[in-house]
Amino acid sequence: MSDSATRTAGRLAGQPAAALPLVRVGRSRGLVFWAGLLAAVVSLLSLMPLGFIAAETLAAGKDSIVELVFRPRVAELLVNTMQLMVISLPLCILLGVGTAWLTERSNLPGRRWWAMLAVAPLAIPAFVHSYAWISAAPSLHGLWAAVLLSVIAYSPFLYLPTAAALRRMDPALEDVAASLGHRPLAVFVKVVLPQLKLAILGGSLLVGLHLLAEYGLFAMIRFDTFTTAIFDQFQSSFSGAAANMLAGVLVLCCLLLLLGESALRGKARYARLGAGSARAQSRTQLGPVGALCGLSVCLVAAALSLGVPLWTLGKWLLAGGVEVWRNEWLWPALRQTLLLAGAGALITVAAALPAAWLSVRRPGKWQRLLESGNYVASALPGIVVALALVSIAIQWARPLYQTLATILLAYLMMFLPRALVSLRAGIAQAPVELENAAQSLGCPPARALWRTTLRLSAPAAAAGYAMVFLAIGNELTATLLLAPTGTRTLATGFWALTSEIDYAAAAPFALIMILLSLPLTALLHAQSRRSAGR
Amino acid sequence: MTCLHIQSLSKSWGAVRAVDAVDLELAAGGRAAIVGPSGSGKTTLLRMIAGFETPDSGSIRLDGTTLAEGGKAVPAHLRRIGYVPQDGALFPHLSVADNIGFGLSGERRERQRRIDELLAMVSLEPAMLKRWPHELSGGQQQRVALARAMAQQPRLMLLDEPFSALDTGLRASLRKAVAEVLREAGIASILVTHDQAEALSFATQLAVMRQGRLVQAGSPEQLYRHPVDADTALFLGEAVLLPATVRQGKASCRLGELSLHQRREDGPTSIMLRPDQLRLSAAGDGHPASGLVLDSDFGGQDCLITIQLPDSPAGQHPGVTLQVRSPSLTAPRVGSRVAVEVCGSAHALAG
Repeated sequence: MSDSATRTAGRLAGQPAAALPLVRVGRSRGLVFWAGLLAAVVSLLSLMPLGFIAAETLAAGKDSIVELVFRPRVAELLVNTMQLMVISLPLCILLGVGTAWLTERSNLPGRRWWAMLAVAPLAIPAFVHSYAWISAAPSLHGLWAAVLLSVIAYSPFLYLPTAAALRRMDPALEDVAASLGHRPLAVFVKVVLPQLKLAILGGSLLVGLHLLAEYGLFAMIRFDTFTTAIFDQFQSSFSGAAANMLAGVLVLCCLLLLLGESALRGKARYARLGAGSARAQSRTQLGPVGALCGLSVCLVAAALSLGVPLWTLGKWLLAGGVEVWRNEWLWPALRQTLLLAGAGALITVAAALPAAWLSVRRPGKWQRLLESGNYVASALPGIVVALALVSIAIQWARPLYQTLATILLAYLMMFLPRALVSLRAGIAQAPVELENAAQSLGCPPARALWRTTLRLSAPAAAAGYAMVFLAIGNELTATLLLAPTGTRTLATGFWALTSEIDYAAAAPFALIMILLSLPLTALLHAQSRRSAGR
Repeated sequence: MTCLHIQSLSKSWGAVRAVDAVDLELAAGGRAAIVGPSGSGKTTLLRMIAGFETPDSGSIRLDGTTLAEGGKAVPAHLRRIGYVPQDGALFPHLSVADNIGFGLSGERRERQRRIDELLAMVSLEPAMLKRWPHELSGGQQQRVALARAMAQQPRLMLLDEPFSALDTGLRASLRKAVAEVLREAGIASILVTHDQAEALSFATQLAVMRQGRLVQAGSPEQLYRHPVDADTALFLGEAVLLPATVRQGKASCRLGELSLHQRREDGPTSIMLRPDQLRLSAAGDGHPASGLVLDSDFGGQDCLITIQLPDSPAGQHPGVTLQVRSPSLTAPRVGSRVAVEVCGSAHALAG
């Protein structure tokens, strides 16, 4: 045996033999326990609105339910909602998939610019779209106005995933189909379209949930949906049984959408879209007529979704002059928005962390249950969350009613998944072996987690923070109902001014909201262009 | 003197016994290799020694300290056991210097001195210190991972297939370098691998695992020449397995009467010969173990010759087909007759 071996042995012999503690809990069990507990608390919190609606429905009793649900008003709202969905969704799909194909898979002139313009409407809050159109054409109202605005405001939700899927698609599949004797159109229908199924379903679900949850857009053009009806009901009679029952029906609609999407999705995964293919995809060469048609589609879409809002906004800003920027509410509103969004995003990202870590490191039955809980909770419209929180605060926690804590809790419930998705992706990119290596180098589990995984997922956390920040910055419904008296954010300030038909004074609020949203929109655009995706 | 002492260690994942009552001992400064097909439980065993998993039962002792016993375990960060995983697991957000210094505390100058020392130990240029992990080649990454693990002066070094992602030439040289570094520092080590050649050349002590159980342990030479069963024999290298009958300490098989390495009771058995024990020569007519060359597979320096031996003349042994390596230059042609000679003694397999 070598000299050094003896030396090592000597050093080791000098070590106190019983100094190392044997503990019952295995590696990072303690950490898993605490993370699990925190994740469960957050999940239960976000399921609170659902529980509230269920409890209220049970408490109301059968007769009262029949009386409140089976009445002409509910039928009318249902018909409105159905019509809106049935007309808007196919149009959104057509526009979203069409522009995605044009910008990703054809040689449309200026397609990079059109791709940006297809995403840009997302930077404009839905109710600002409404404002732009209603102040340009005051007579606009009803179903067709709702359809027009929904398609304009929400088709980017279909464009983004479809464009990303088109980018990731393996061109070899199309080559094979062509070599088997399929014409280009047949290749598109039989090979490309089926692979877009998941993207289209996901985008449609998002649009559907927005249609159910949106308040400002539809209120401004006087189109009644469940959300606007609940809002009105709430303002007139406070938290009455009628509002709760309407919310119950709305929640059912949301759950139906979720179920429908997952049923349609089925077990389909299709070919692994994988880490992208080395070979560039071929682009369809449009003839002069095709190019002209493509250009006009993109041009009309951009004119309606960007041109009209920007033109109207510019008109009002010009008309208002310097005066509108001197509004005593404007700068405090910006400050309050930044404050609320900053604090809300921080809390939300922190709350998402345990669940995100668990879902990557300890996937299992309980963790999946928590996750589906979060998923369902996130589908609940802001109005339902607000209604539940107001009622619960009034009944059981009066001092919390209309406080900062309540509104921050509402933001947490509504926007948790945005932080979760981002964090989960970040943590998944930090291999567990790094935590192990850090522990073998003498780091206790929590510190190992901090120095490796959390450090590495910091960019993802920042992206999640930005997403939540901007969502809160543009949030209207819950903020109107829950914010402490005297709070005025950019969105609620804008809303108050447009309600007084002071369109010029509202314009700076809208402009600042759009400017705040631009970075997020750019981020989403960049993400969808990165072919790795997922 | 024993350094590591593992006794009836078990771990289950649900109904699957990943590690089943394993006993293992490793001398101070020794190098052990655990080999086995994937899913044999070797990595789970290593992770229990490292402290990443807690055994269900059994004990692990290192230099007299108990690391795991009766379902309790010392957390990984208190064990001072070095660990080099398959891909190195370098921290991507830290430079090479900070990776190596991760486990080091104390004054900055002293820390830097240690880092320089460790870098030299694994034969890397000082200029590497400022590099980022993604700027290193696979071999360099593994060297840095080894230096990082050496920083805390581990009592035992665990290597979890650290060479398997590298290409063949680099693999052998890095394996030699790692063995050298560990020998110089006098650190006992355990290498987990599914590559038998790697295990045979690295280890002073070899353990074969299969389905969670430790099938056989001993010196590489001992296991190669005298495997406990056919699976182990084939896992550790090419082997010729033949049915035989033992009579008065000799094995009678299609290749003739062979002396046996161990004592066996009379009766039927199965024997193993390594290809390096077989020699081919041009067959005289009367040679009892001669056959026809069916196929010759050119493989560069040697050829793999397939020989068909008919039933033995006296009829007591059925015919067999053998595969024997022969130097390319003197390899017999397809269709020629060759005689097969055996050098050394045969090894009778259990079961």
